Amino acid sequence: MSTSVVTVGAGMFADAVAGQAVDVERVDWRPPMPGTQDDLAAVATDRRRPEANRRAVEAMLGVTAHLVDVAPASEVLGLEKGQFLHAGPPIEWERTSGPLRGALMGGAALEGLVEDPEDAVALFESGSSVSLEPCHHRSAVGPMAGVVTPSMWMWVLEDRATGKRTYCSLNEGLGKVLRYGAYGPDVLTRLRWMGDVLGPLLQAAVRGTEEATDVTGILTQMLQMGDEAHNRNRAGTLMLLRDLSPAMVGSIEGGGFASKDVADVLRFVGGNDHFFLNLAMPACKLALDAGRDVPGSTMVVAMARNGTDFGIQVSGTGDQWFTGPAQVAEGLFLGDYGPDDANPDIGDSAITETAGIGGFAMATAPAIVRLVGGSVPDALATTRRMHEITLAENPRWSVPVLEFQGTPTGIDVSKVCRTGILPQINTGMAGAVAGVGQVGAGLVTPPAEIFPQALAALAQAVPGRSL
Amino acid sequence: MTTDHVELRSGAYADSVTLLQVSRAVQAAPGVVAAQVAMATGLNLEVLIGMGFEVPASSPNDMVVALRLEDDADVATALAAVDAALVPTRPSSGDTTQAPPRTTGSALRHGGPGAVVLVSVPGASATVEAMDALEAGHDVMVFSDNVPVAEEVALKTYAATRGALVMGPDCGTALLDGVGLGFANAVRPGRIGLVAASGTGCQQLLTLLHHAGATLDGVGVRHALGVGGRDLSSAVGGLATREALRRLDADADVDLVVVVSKPPAPEVAEALAREAEALSTLVELGLLGRGQRDLTAVAEAVLARLGHEAPQWPVHGADNTGPATGPLLRGLFVGGTLCDESMLMAAEALGPIRSNIPLSDDLALGEELIVDDHVMVDFGDDALTQGRAHPMIDPTLRNEQIARAAADPATGVILLDLVLGHGAEPDPAAHLAPAITAARSERAIPVIVSLVGTDLDPQGLDAQRDALVAAGAEVHLSNAAATRRALDLLSRTSGRTEGAHQ
Repeated sequence: MSTSVVTVGAGMFADAVAGQAVDVERVDWRPPMPGTQDDLAAVATDRRRPEANRRAVEAMLGVTAHLVDVAPASEVLGLEKGQFLHAGPPIEWERTSGPLRGALMGGAALEGLVEDPEDAVALFESGSSVSLEPCHHRSAVGPMAGVVTPSMWMWVLEDRATGKRTYCSLNEGLGKVLRYGAYGPDVLTRLRWMGDVLGPLLQAAVRGTEEATDVTGILTQMLQMGDEAHNRNRAGTLMLLRDLSPAMVGSIEGGGFASKDVADVLRFVGGNDHFFLNLAMPACKLALDAGRDVPGSTMVVAMARNGTDFGIQVSGTGDQWFTGPAQVAEGLFLGDYGPDDANPDIGDSAITETAGIGGFAMATAPAIVRLVGGSVPDALATTRRMHEITLAENPRWSVPVLEFQGTPTGIDVSKVCRTGILPQINTGMAGAVAGVGQVGAGLVTPPAEIFPQALAALAQAVPGRSL
Repeated sequence: MTTDHVELRSGAYADSVTLLQVSRAVQAAPGVVAAQVAMATGLNLEVLIGMGFEVPASSPNDMVVALRLEDDADVATALAAVDAALVPTRPSSGDTTQAPPRTTGSALRHGGPGAVVLVSVPGASATVEAMDALEAGHDVMVFSDNVPVAEEVALKTYAATRGALVMGPDCGTALLDGVGLGFANAVRPGRIGLVAASGTGCQQLLTLLHHAGATLDGVGVRHALGVGGRDLSSAVGGLATREALRRLDADADVDLVVVVSKPPAPEVAEALAREAEALSTLVELGLLGRGQRDLTAVAEAVLARLGHEAPQWPVHGADNTGPATGPLLRGLFVGGTLCDESMLMAAEALGPIRSNIPLSDDLALGEELIVDDHVMVDFGDDALTQGRAHPMIDPTLRNEQIARAAADPATGVILLDLVLGHGAEPDPAAHLAPAITAARSERAIPVIVSLVGTDLDPQGLDAQRDALVAAGAEVHLSNAAATRRALDLLSRTSGRTEGAHQ
């Protein structure tokens, strides 16, 4: 009848089976997160769950993200003057951290709401004529502070099967940049150039490229070229340039763009290894959004941080955020900066880990393991460990060094609570003080307590719960 | 003077059996007077407090290391012994990036088809692991007890949609094509299939049929599918029994199916009888209960169905046994069904029996297990195993109560069981024999033992039996025969007592 035995629990029974010359695989079981046992049982026996998770995973894996346009946020998101999008779960000005404040202040100056960014503090404190809203509530994602204002140009990605779209701003590069909370004159000058030159030229290039760029396809390739698509996007950026360069050059004659501007844009994009991150993120969001709102599904559909709170959303619990305090990353610091200078974790970029890349695909990016303070064996172990808390493997996104195993996909709230293994996120670190910018990069995890919170809500939602 | 050292290790975990072995290993370390390494469950804390340790505030997920040391002993040395004993003996593949799976689902993700899953985690977590197995389409045996009945129904209902079998919860024994899971005896394969809602009931049948099969062709058990003690209750309605019957009926190598269960719900028993009629394979129903046959009688009926006469069931050490030393019966069992079987027989002869698994609620025992009345205790019952190992592995609790029964002058006969097989202690008689010797040291109290085992069991039936006989016990293979013998001894005493009154 049986060929082999899997044991979970007392080692003695595994020994007894092994003693009969039968193959035994032993589960390294440990007690679940404290206080979760009843909710775990309720969710495990929710009749909807197996099918719900299968549907959520299939929907997510079925999405191909195409780059269809570049346009100002005012046009594509309907964002109006005084409306600010930010990374992470909802937050009010009083609770914002340094880097988010700095980015909002810079954004206010960019939109002409104030002359001097410093004057924006009073504006946000008054709360009149300004409003804050998460990017996620507008089908968008933003790295680090994630501040989006009406004049910023956005990538527009589309799932052609459904017509659904997601959005992300254009990447400014590293160092003193708005998304890390810097708002000096250089930062604003660069942002204005991005609005005046970079955005329009990219729009012309995207609209002038016959075959829309398959962002999901580029992700497939870059994962085999040493990028994990969160802290390393070098191959992805170059492939994007490859796709868009002909139309960019063509726009000099066809669209009246200056050749100097084209050269500046090519230099800017080519010189920013993170440029593709802002395409990887909305591609991940587009896939994850397809897995949203499946009743009974325990799959995480968003992980996001605003610099104060870390929040997750789960397929089976709609738009509800489960939040806890954002943690400070561990890793390497730039220059003289140290752990005391770092702000807690910030940004929507953990959408990459939510989709199974970034820290989850660390094994495929050995080139950057030292940047985030790890070793190559750590990287292999991390990716393997993430398979313990995920529902599936992505057949398109695979890791050559792990025998082309698919990336760990679809974080399962139940499995996180069962194993106590937290999602591993690769991240940049912003300075805690507004205006400083980036201070380092490293590894971080969500606060553990948000998973039992989400699990409790899933258990509450089980129909006819009688357990 | 001794000194105590108590520390909590948050986040450390090992199962109760492993910790028992760790505690034993540390006790043997130089300078250690007493040692207890255990998870901080309510029961274990009681044990620690009983040992005189002061334990700081803790949660059940903390591991407690409690050491009592000779005053000149080195704490660091003792702690090193703890750490050494706690290191898992898992074979290493050499690849440090390949960690073992942390959930059943993970283990099954790349496993071959047909793997059977054996779940023995604490009951509160068993359902979650079992669901992983069912979702992946695998059969699962749930050894864990303390699983809510609603979860059992949910598991078995889902299993039916997947064509999978749930053996359990609280399933002690299964035998799949000769492979024993949990507590299972090593037997010669034959053409009989068992469906058992009772672990030790299943083991009794396995051992009786194995004994008879020594000289009879084809008599022996091929598969024994456990279904869990509650499967034939109204709440569960025989969901697993139905699937097990379907499997065995479809197996061309099975000529006869025996269903053995603790007392079932009447309507479930009726439905089961109707379904058994409809199968193409012969079915013998061995459902225990008042007025029903005992397990030995069921084994004899099986032999008769196959055209054989029942053998003489073996008895050893009958010379050890003198008259009962008092009016009361003390039955102290590790096997729940064996306890049930003896209690049903004894109740007919002696009247009401007090028990922790009583025949009626008014006969329930409280904290005190040895009371001034006939007593039958099942040490494997949920309430007595919460947070500690099964008595087949940890004999401490039963041995204590054997001593208490022996000290009571009203004790007339002590009735025990001892179960061998895979999963049981390597040498259980070595723990029980001294307890029997001690019990008989003051007065020659008759100690009757049903020894459930086979000559193929890893412990060796003969050696175990000889050790018990040498300690003064009378040893039977048939629990019913052992019980009858105990009752016979008591009836002769009461006969004499009545005679004295006349």
